[in-house]
Amino acid sequence: MVLGIETSCDETGVGLVRDGVVLGQAVASSMDEHARFGGVVPEIAARAHLHSVTPVVRAALADAGLTLADVGAVAVTAGPGLATALQVGVAAAKAYAVALDVPLYGVHHLAGHVAAATLDGEPLPNPCVVLIVSGGHTSLLYVRDLATDPIEHLGDTVDDAAGECFDKAARVLGLPYPGGPNVDRAARGGDPAAVSFPRPMTGPRDDPFGFSFSGLKTAAARWAETERRAGREPVVADAAASLQEAIADVLTRKAVAACRARGVDTLVVVGGVAANSRVRALAEERCAAAGITLRVPPLRLCTDNGAMTAAVGDLLIRAGRPPASLDLTIDPSAPLVDALLQPRPVALPAAS
Amino acid sequence: MLLLAFDTATPAVTVALHDGSRVVSGCTQIDARRHGELLVPGIVTALADAGRDRAELSDIAVGVGPGPYTGLRVGLMTARALGDALGIPVHGVCTLDALAYATGRTADQGPFVAATDARRKEVYWARYADARTRLEGPGVDRAADIADGVAGLPAFGAGAALYAESFASVAGPEHVDAAALAELAVERLKNGGEFLPPEPLYLRRPDAKVPANYKPVTPN
Repeated sequence: MVLGIETSCDETGVGLVRDGVVLGQAVASSMDEHARFGGVVPEIAARAHLHSVTPVVRAALADAGLTLADVGAVAVTAGPGLATALQVGVAAAKAYAVALDVPLYGVHHLAGHVAAATLDGEPLPNPCVVLIVSGGHTSLLYVRDLATDPIEHLGDTVDDAAGECFDKAARVLGLPYPGGPNVDRAARGGDPAAVSFPRPMTGPRDDPFGFSFSGLKTAAARWAETERRAGREPVVADAAASLQEAIADVLTRKAVAACRARGVDTLVVVGGVAANSRVRALAEERCAAAGITLRVPPLRLCTDNGAMTAAVGDLLIRAGRPPASLDLTIDPSAPLVDALLQPRPVALPAAS
Repeated sequence: MLLLAFDTATPAVTVALHDGSRVVSGCTQIDARRHGELLVPGIVTALADAGRDRAELSDIAVGVGPGPYTGLRVGLMTARALGDALGIPVHGVCTLDALAYATGRTADQGPFVAATDARRKEVYWARYADARTRLEGPGVDRAADIADGVAGLPAFGAGAALYAESFASVAGPEHVDAAALAELAVERLKNGGEFLPPEPLYLRRPDAKVPANYKPVTPN
């Protein structure tokens, strides 16, 4: 059984996975401590991780009805993410690995999001197209065997991630942090056609699988400011529904086009923004129309968690990939090319 | 008894093993940017050099700072997870206490200051009556701002060396050594002395500002 530890942002996640099945998991979040700052403060997140890791390990074991003696390997997110937060998880993972005398695996955070879609017990088909969309990332990937094959990027965002657009647009609309769930909630009673927000990067000469969300963020701000200057109170529900529609439209349109272009019959949508109700609904609708099978993890596995990290570890072990050495370090900006992420110390000029 | 001691609150990534009567092995590497990479391999080396197994450990003593946060957390997270997995107690010791202990000074020699580098032109410091007795601190201040209170006192540690003009004299040890931390912890365990919980002594709040009011994107 693999013990997975995830501390790349504000969630302390621990999961236990054996042969592709989640046996137990627990998550602690420092989100409430960040809310008044309008975003995650790395130092606050790192302080919270230090307090949470061992209790969350115990909670995951209790959830599974297992003990540390049942752990056969430890997997930890080595990047990308907040450096100071990643350091806490890696330190904990090394200590558990040494104390339990089991191998240690460093894994890529985004591969974890992809692996979350396998935790219903069903492996991903080879190949598949993955739309990974969160607060920090928006990419379309061509994935073969996640554990062994290089991951091909069909397109990425050229500026902001979709989740960042949700967070900042929420702010201009006066909705609290985190933006994603709050925009989703506010949009329920709104008219998605009320505000005509642009569909960025969908022109004939644009990169067909690339994304851009920075302009959409500005468009939301311009709209709200124009309304207020004209003496009208912005109708938040309509703006939220329209913004959400624009994001969901671009994401799903390009994802389905990528499947068609590569002759792939399965689309996997993962990451925190995959929890958005309109992204899920529109993906379902468009995949059904195109004859594409859609795989989206259950809501609780879309946001950061330890089970996804353990799931990658489990896949890597079954594929015979090598464990990390104990001088494993972190890579806060690692691009996703391999699910295994085991950066080694690099030669630095000697510190004084 | 087999006590594992380590500290990551200074540029030294330092580990020592104490069997209740003496320090049996140790591993110290100086690199302020590599606590996360060096600590656990250092622990493994210390155990191997002493020919002992992790399952024999009875206690962990960990320096709880004050010290730069990222490195400090590596030590404390490692101690907490090892303690959790091995089912053994984790004893927190103020890093400056271990530095003071290593000076071996007696009360006859008079009071002194232990100081480490707190960056941002400040030092983490404490004032001692002798190697075992802290009188004041730990605190974090500009060396010049505490000069009145510690004027005329000899100072020890890399923090004092950085601002030597603020102290009467400056001497080594430069960084804390886990061997001293281990000796001090074993002495406290035997004498029923008190330990700190395995919580970092940050001494500063996170640098985060609540954002100012909404700034319009479009010009008026």
